[in-house]
Amino acid sequence: MSNLSGIIRIGVRNLMRYKRRTLLTGSLIVMGVVLVIVFGGLATTFKSSVIGVITNSSLSDMQIHKKGYVESVDNLPLDIYLNPFQMKKAEMILNENKKILAYSPRIRFGAMISNYIKTSSIRMTAIYPSNESKTCVGLTSRIKGIKNPEQFVNKGEVVLPEILFKGLSLKIGDEVVILSTNREGAVNGVPLKIAGVIESVMGPSGKDGYIHIEDAKDILRMDEINISEIAIHVQKFDELKNIKKEIAKALGVTSTEQVFEVHSWDQLAPFSNIAKMIDVLIIMVRLILISIVLISVMNIMMMSVYERTNEIGTIAAMGTVPHKILQIFLTEGVALGLGSAVIGSMIGVGILLTLNLSNLTFKFHTIQILLAPSILWGDVFWTIFIVLLISILGGFWPAYKASKMEPVDALRHV
Amino acid sequence: MSFIKLDSVGKIYVSGELTVPAIKDISLEINEASFVSFVGPSGSGKSTLLNLLGCLDQPSKGSVSINGTLVNKLNQLERANFRGKNIGFIFQNFNLLPVLTVFENVEYPLFMVQDIPKEERKKRVLNLLEKVGMLDQKNKYPNQLSGGQKQRVAVARALVTSPKVVLADEPTANLDSVTAFQVIKVLHHMRDAFGTTFVFATHDPKIVKEAEVIYTLEDGQIKNHEIMAKESK
Repeated sequence: MSNLSGIIRIGVRNLMRYKRRTLLTGSLIVMGVVLVIVFGGLATTFKSSVIGVITNSSLSDMQIHKKGYVESVDNLPLDIYLNPFQMKKAEMILNENKKILAYSPRIRFGAMISNYIKTSSIRMTAIYPSNESKTCVGLTSRIKGIKNPEQFVNKGEVVLPEILFKGLSLKIGDEVVILSTNREGAVNGVPLKIAGVIESVMGPSGKDGYIHIEDAKDILRMDEINISEIAIHVQKFDELKNIKKEIAKALGVTSTEQVFEVHSWDQLAPFSNIAKMIDVLIIMVRLILISIVLISVMNIMMMSVYERTNEIGTIAAMGTVPHKILQIFLTEGVALGLGSAVIGSMIGVGILLTLNLSNLTFKFHTIQILLAPSILWGDVFWTIFIVLLISILGGFWPAYKASKMEPVDALRHV
Repeated sequence: MSFIKLDSVGKIYVSGELTVPAIKDISLEINEASFVSFVGPSGSGKSTLLNLLGCLDQPSKGSVSINGTLVNKLNQLERANFRGKNIGFIFQNFNLLPVLTVFENVEYPLFMVQDIPKEERKKRVLNLLEKVGMLDQKNKYPNQLSGGQKQRVAVARALVTSPKVVLADEPTANLDSVTAFQVIKVLHHMRDAFGTTFVFATHDPKIVKEAEVIYTLEDGQIKNHEIMAKESK
């Protein structure tokens, strides 16, 4: 036996000496690890799925506005806009940036919709359909009734939200009138044909419709197109933060004469708070795991030291130096934690793989989510590492206590 | 020159406001390669004296010198190292490590205390197990052994490092006379081969009979000191 292998052998055999106790404590740690891995995998997948649906359906990854627009976004102000000169500058910057996959200029305004019998309020988003379908790649799959997803709304057409479509008892191809007030306060309306119906992304309150940007120019009696926002789709979502910084810098957002403002999806969507809560929950679950491991390992090692005091006296009497006694007991704690963490990880990964294969789906509001949790290998190794670290911490005090025992006192212990 | 020297050694145990003197002002000298017995009734201070000689405990007063080292001046780590190199222990209750086999128990001081190479360890362990008649039991665990077998393993473990001193607290108390005789024979062999000094705390006449020097203790003091006539063993 070499020193280290001898220490490990003694540690593992001592754990197996109290099989039931080791099994119970180990099971507790295994359950904690499984919980962390499964919950982490599910929660992260749920979060990314919902973020994906939100950004790909309507919001986009990030948006550029005229300074002050987002502050009053609830009113959909028409007097805070990007004029053609500012729009050209923004387009130039976006075209130059290779990390931008697509962008879509939009005019957003509040309007009324009438089927000549009933009238309701509606939020309109006026777009160039080919730009919008490339920017919000999941949008057209949520629109029913359209023939060409690339050109999902042409001039003279409107795509209505499901809730209004049903509420106003409309059919595809019916004519409706969209009325709105322009910047100067003049009311105007145009008749439009219903081209499709869009499912709401975030539940029953969704009242967002789409028209062609040329129709918006007519309704709002604009001499030239004044853009409310530019929706942007980036190549790599993981790099969004850096891309946002690059774009903001290029647009001079940080300068004193700031004209533009750039916001990522999380600054625009209320779901970002839910996403943050999910992150907090994952941290909480990890903290619970840390507590379980710390208390379990400390408890089992304290008991072990107490029960084996006489043995500690014997090995100390034979000349085992304190740091080797510490190693023997520390190894036990580490072996318990590491063994349980590895088993827990295997079970956790197994559960996630089974869920992946089972193709389960569930609905979050109107979003259909496929329960295909990703196995976050980084998280799995991180969990094992944390358990290992906490096992060392938990086992250290009892092991230190054992190493500091006077052999004569330890030998007296029965 | 004496191998072990105790000079006015006293040991007082303090428990709350109560102080109990276990050893009172003992001075004695033990020569190298001798068989020494401490005898006396329970509570007379035999075990305390053995603990002081084994560097397991520190005297309250006086000095303990072993092979020229003032062991009462050593700190915890130095005492552990000193014990590992110079002292072997045989406990009344054997104190074998239950998770190790007979072979591993005897090997323990060689790999955990002294850094002896594997082949050398194996040779020494097997040699001693043969001498104590436990070679055929080398893969058994302590709970599979009888009391006498356990004590023979404990003796082998105490002797495997070839210590200069072996301290034994009632080493034959749990053994039948045949096994006790076998153990005593091994101890004699070690003394003759390596010049090991053996110090016993015992009531057992079989051990007392083998001793060259007998110290009788009473109330923490030496009441009698007998030097026995040397015989060829």
